Amino acid sequence: MRYELDWSSIPGALPVLLAGMKLTLLITLVSIAAGVTWGTILALFRLSPIRALSLLQRGYVSLFRSVPLLLVLFWFYLVVPQLLRSTFHLSAATDTRLVSAMVGFSLFEAAYYSEIVRAGIQSVSRGQVAAAQALGMTYGQTMRLVVLPQAFRHMMPLLLTQAIIVFQDTSLVYIMSLSEFFVTAYTVGQRDGRLVELLLFAGAVYFVLCSSAAFLVKQLQRRLASAST
Amino acid sequence: MGYHWNWGILLSPVPTGETTYLGWLLAGLKMTLLVSIPAWLLALAIGTFMGILRTVPSRFLRGVATVYVAVLRNIPLIVQLFIWYHVVPEIVPGGQAFKQIDLPTQAFVACLVSLTLFTSARVCEQVRAGIQSLPPGQKQAALALGLTLPQAYRHVLVPLAARRIVPTLTSETANIVKNSAVCSTLGLFELLAENQQVVDYTAQAYEPTITVTLLYLAINGLIILLMRQVERRTRVSGFIGSAP
Repeated sequence: MRYELDWSSIPGALPVLLAGMKLTLLITLVSIAAGVTWGTILALFRLSPIRALSLLQRGYVSLFRSVPLLLVLFWFYLVVPQLLRSTFHLSAATDTRLVSAMVGFSLFEAAYYSEIVRAGIQSVSRGQVAAAQALGMTYGQTMRLVVLPQAFRHMMPLLLTQAIIVFQDTSLVYIMSLSEFFVTAYTVGQRDGRLVELLLFAGAVYFVLCSSAAFLVKQLQRRLASAST
Repeated sequence: MGYHWNWGILLSPVPTGETTYLGWLLAGLKMTLLVSIPAWLLALAIGTFMGILRTVPSRFLRGVATVYVAVLRNIPLIVQLFIWYHVVPEIVPGGQAFKQIDLPTQAFVACLVSLTLFTSARVCEQVRAGIQSLPPGQKQAALALGLTLPQAYRHVLVPLAARRIVPTLTSETANIVKNSAVCSTLGLFELLAENQQVVDYTAQAYEPTITVTLLYLAINGLIILLMRQVERRTRVSGFIGSAP
């Protein structure tokens, strides 16, 4: 017997799905903001003349890039709740899953962002640094006013592509059963016995959002390329 | 906080007595490799084929390959996994027969298929980039020598491109092992799922998880070493990155 598709449970579920999508976007944005910030600091560590800092970045990046994101999330599921409870004296009932997920994602993505930022900084020509120093700028000023703005411009397409990956990766908070978009779709599907339709719907939503974002990134890349020639 | 460390727990027997907790973790390691290695080989084959299609003159074939990549790259792996496991057997003819198989096998097949296809799209893009990075003279020369287009691909373009993309394939090789962790969500007892089970049974969270983290680090290190050998052997002289 053929399976009869029945999409009727989706319209009623749209409000919860939308709420789920909001949580997905929240986790994505926080992870990107924190990931890029911490990643930039790590990249500066790597390029600094202090050997210990440079080794720290190398160790950090190779550690986080060697293990699955799910394992990292599991670690933070384990560690962060205890840490939060003991520092802020929270009761055991406090829900720390969202914070744990965000911390886990941010630290994980920072490893990837720091490599992108490092490449971006290295793509700025040496003359820029020399000129800034000749003008009497300190290291901090050189980085903040001259190197980083140009570096970020160069690496914008890569940063945004990584952002799309982060957006997709947030579906892995499934293991913490936080009700982000994918988990919500799955739960609604289970509840109504319409898992097939809900999973197809979730896949279609991800496809439309990610491929439009990828298309926009490509446009931006083209514009940046034509602006620099 | 007073966590009670007990590394000995890993060597104590599981409730059923047939192995130790470490044995469970090693069984997980075996499953991780059992799903990753075949998936990697299949992904390499399919990805190369699709990557070639991305560069052929036929607009139609290029379009097919472009859609293939777009679909597989813009849907998260866990969603693809769930679709292969929960959706495809329902809507495809013959799917009912698949649902008669025992659950672990069903999960294994779904994981193998989705890991393969997900990775094949990434391999495809690298093969395409590899082929497109070759100087156009290579293809023109091959055709001028009287090779047909398929021959030019087989004897000239693909071998050259393949050897150029070995360094970037290293990270894809490592990725497929890491991505296989997602299979734990379907109840496939690979490394991460076995870890979860050991944590649940022993109530000792840190010892097994540290062990599993080290195992992943070891696999990753091994892949990098292995691929470096492949890279050294397959280098094309006269190209960037080759020894002088």
